[in-house]
Amino acid sequence: MKAAIVVFPGSNRERDAVAALEAASGTKPYLVWHRDTELPKVDLIVVPGGFSYGDYLRSGAMAAHSPIMREVKARADQGVRVLGVCNGFQIITEAGLLPGALMRNGALKFVCRVQHLRVENTDSPFTAKYAKGQIVRYPVAHGDGNYWTDAETVKRLDGEGQVAFRYVADETRADPRGNPNGSVSDIAGIFNAKRTVLGLMPHPEDAVEGLHGNTDGKPMFDGLVEALS
Amino acid sequence: MSAEATKAQERPVTLELAREFGLSEAEYTNALEILGRVPTFTEMGIISVMWSEHCSYKSSKRWLKTLPTTGPQVICGPGENAGVVDIGDGDTVIFKMESHNHPSYIEPYQGAATGVGGILRDVFTMGARPIANMNALRFGSPDHPKTRHLVAGVVSGIGGYGNCVGVPTVGGETNFHAAYNGNILVNAMTVGVAKADRIFYSAAAGVGNSVVYVGSKTGRDGIHGATMASAEFTEDSEEKRPTVQVGDPFTEKLLIEACLELMATDAVVAIQDMGAAGLTSSAVEMAGKGGLGIELTLDSLPMREEAMTPYEIMLSESQERMLFILKPGREEVARAIFDKWELDFAVIGTLTDSGNLVIKMYGETWCDMPIAPVSNAAPEYDRPWEPTPAADEVPDSVFDGYSLSLGDALEKLFACPDLASKRWIWEQYDSLVGGDTRFMSGQADAAVVRVPGQTKAVAITTDCTPRYCLADPVRGGAQAVAEAWRNLSAVGALPLAITDNMNFGNPEKPRIMGQFVGAVQGIAQACIALDFPVVSGNVSLYNETNGEAILPTPAIGAVGTLPDAMIAVGIAFQNEGDVILAIGEQGGHLGQSLFLREILGREEGPPPPVDLAVERRNGEFVRGLIHAGLVASSHDVADGGLIVTVAEMALASGVGAHLPALDNAHPRALFGEDQARYVLAVRPDAVATVQDKAKAAGVPVTVLGETRGDSLTGLGGEAISLKALKSVNESWLPDYMSAEL
Repeated sequence: MKAAIVVFPGSNRERDAVAALEAASGTKPYLVWHRDTELPKVDLIVVPGGFSYGDYLRSGAMAAHSPIMREVKARADQGVRVLGVCNGFQIITEAGLLPGALMRNGALKFVCRVQHLRVENTDSPFTAKYAKGQIVRYPVAHGDGNYWTDAETVKRLDGEGQVAFRYVADETRADPRGNPNGSVSDIAGIFNAKRTVLGLMPHPEDAVEGLHGNTDGKPMFDGLVEALS
Repeated sequence: MSAEATKAQERPVTLELAREFGLSEAEYTNALEILGRVPTFTEMGIISVMWSEHCSYKSSKRWLKTLPTTGPQVICGPGENAGVVDIGDGDTVIFKMESHNHPSYIEPYQGAATGVGGILRDVFTMGARPIANMNALRFGSPDHPKTRHLVAGVVSGIGGYGNCVGVPTVGGETNFHAAYNGNILVNAMTVGVAKADRIFYSAAAGVGNSVVYVGSKTGRDGIHGATMASAEFTEDSEEKRPTVQVGDPFTEKLLIEACLELMATDAVVAIQDMGAAGLTSSAVEMAGKGGLGIELTLDSLPMREEAMTPYEIMLSESQERMLFILKPGREEVARAIFDKWELDFAVIGTLTDSGNLVIKMYGETWCDMPIAPVSNAAPEYDRPWEPTPAADEVPDSVFDGYSLSLGDALEKLFACPDLASKRWIWEQYDSLVGGDTRFMSGQADAAVVRVPGQTKAVAITTDCTPRYCLADPVRGGAQAVAEAWRNLSAVGALPLAITDNMNFGNPEKPRIMGQFVGAVQGIAQACIALDFPVVSGNVSLYNETNGEAILPTPAIGAVGTLPDAMIAVGIAFQNEGDVILAIGEQGGHLGQSLFLREILGREEGPPPPVDLAVERRNGEFVRGLIHAGLVASSHDVADGGLIVTVAEMALASGVGAHLPALDNAHPRALFGEDQARYVLAVRPDAVATVQDKAKAAGVPVTVLGETRGDSLTGLGGEAISLKALKSVNESWLPDYMSAEL
């Protein structure tokens, strides 16, 4: 599997994504600079976390209009898989690849913690290695992760298997809290209609090795490598 | 703007102006003598910041010189932007801690944010990629009307800056005490890593080489910030808000990447960030260290505001700016990199052999004065000081009428502001970006961050117990260093070196100066005994408001190293059935303990004695056990004593403890804060080995009990529910922050 990571000024989790992808695929991903207008031929495009252009405007709003995003959209239309994590989720949502919007966290504060999620749909290369309903732990680290869309769209997303992950509480853990940001219907991550694009706030790339405390994010990258190689 | 318009704004230089700029009459007279004439307005501004307490260390220098700063591990000690320590294989760790106290009180969000930005620049200026931030915060009493607002602003500012630049904030400490009501402390630490052969220094070299300005544009923010940081506060300090700088973490992130990219070429001779006193201190330090002169022409300098005068430009403390000296002909290589990162870049001058600082603008010369005489004449005072009188030991009569159950005492302690969980704070910091963080905050005595791309790791901690320092500055200073050393040892790291951030009141008062001198003496003793030199530091004096001084707070930031991040152990009990061991001599020292203050309502007595030989022996023993793979959990005994330590280990995972050895123990034994102690949990089959090793090393070991269930039991028959303890521990800070005023 060949992957490209799009780097904006202010991206800061691209190194985490490089490490996770390289560990899973054995191949170094391309790093594509925001001013570039072309992408190499790849099977997967990752839009990583960070604060693109400082996010002084609405998060992801500036990056969504950068030259490289036109190319990302064109590739997505051709069926190339796109993974947007955290700021990447905000950017691809602002760019129209996914429905809805990401707002300021309900508590109005940045939140960084290990979060329990339920895998809602496994019919995608991103989630094929998980069991439906499986509870996984990924860290979250964001200030604007409060996903919103109208009730009708939530219903449609659910009906068409486009909800990928939901935040859940886990009473068996020392720290059982659920939804960290007030997102509608506890949504943590969604697919596009074809399930070729995934956007999510939590960071699977920071849960892939022993040092991270758990490896629940690894199946996502292993699944992508298996499906796209 | 023109030369005429500038001159129209400038006031005549007199003793009165010098005083307004923070200089004494003697200092002003000295300036006249050095120059042989009355300084220009611009020169007066430059001299005043160079000679400010903040930049000249005039009260503290004499004593700082007595600190040990060398060792086989030290590559660069104090005097550069940050200290550099060898961690083997050609790798170094570069670190420093710095205060941003005065600005953070006046404007907490920006004050704290720019504190983080400033310390980051000190570290990446030397060629290091920052891998971790930490902070040591002291706030006033929770009852004080400003405290809630200051906590909210400072935490949000630290997070806002650190999260955006993508450097994980991996821990820190937060205390509350009424002595900080008028002067909070915001001490920020950055740790970076660099290859030993790619370290950059600030000494300029090469007459004719270009002086290059990069980063953000210069505005009028922060003018005389260094002067503000060198005076006491009064009621009207709010009016100083305009001297607080505004941070832009996005630009800082770009600046980190651009500077590291430029440093990877061979274009750079020297580099210095513009921190306190801005362009003045960076230009003067670079030229001064190189024994050269420097001539700046400010017309082409990137400016954010119109009609700025040379005085304003030289004293501005606008953030996210750097000064480079480039090798001849490399300007275009550098310019291309800064263009890529969309940062300002301007050649603003050249190095000369005149030895003078020359400032030109609008076709005229505004400053032409010799650097060395002015720098060397920076005042150095031997201020009168008096030692802090020794306190009497705490008598047993303090327990007369004491009838609290152990469970109730623990609940009260775990809900007190100093021990309450700081989750509300640390969850606002991205502690994981980079993917190299081993422990979440609160899960280990020191943060452990893997060196990117390697298996080895750096361990980091900040420590100080100000109530100890007030009662006995010498012992308190030594204790702060010893506790930092212990925290590193408790995770299994080899302690390497420290940075000291000395926060004190007004040094012109002999009592306060005595606190400073005592703390330095204590720090020096501990550093020598533990082979733990000081490689960088910062002094913040005049932390007083209307004559009320803060507690003496010599915050110690320390780093250590581990050959493999995965060797490190945290505090949380891992499994049921592990044996709980207390390492070290069990005493019962109550003076200045948290128990005495929070439960018995008395702040008195001497702090616990610090036996540095025992500290070293016990620490080396624990580190050896961890490296031998014998330890499941490890925690040093600090605030609250032995029983609090065990309870914290249980709370960190939810696995309880059965502690028959502490059945009917005296509160002195449970809550005393004797030093050089650890609590370990080990697998049952490892106990004999640990005891044999302890006997060989001469280290006392006591079996306290074993990990079991979900409560603390065996303590006089009373079961203390972890759930209840956790609830009071976790709820204090969020409840406090959400309460109405």
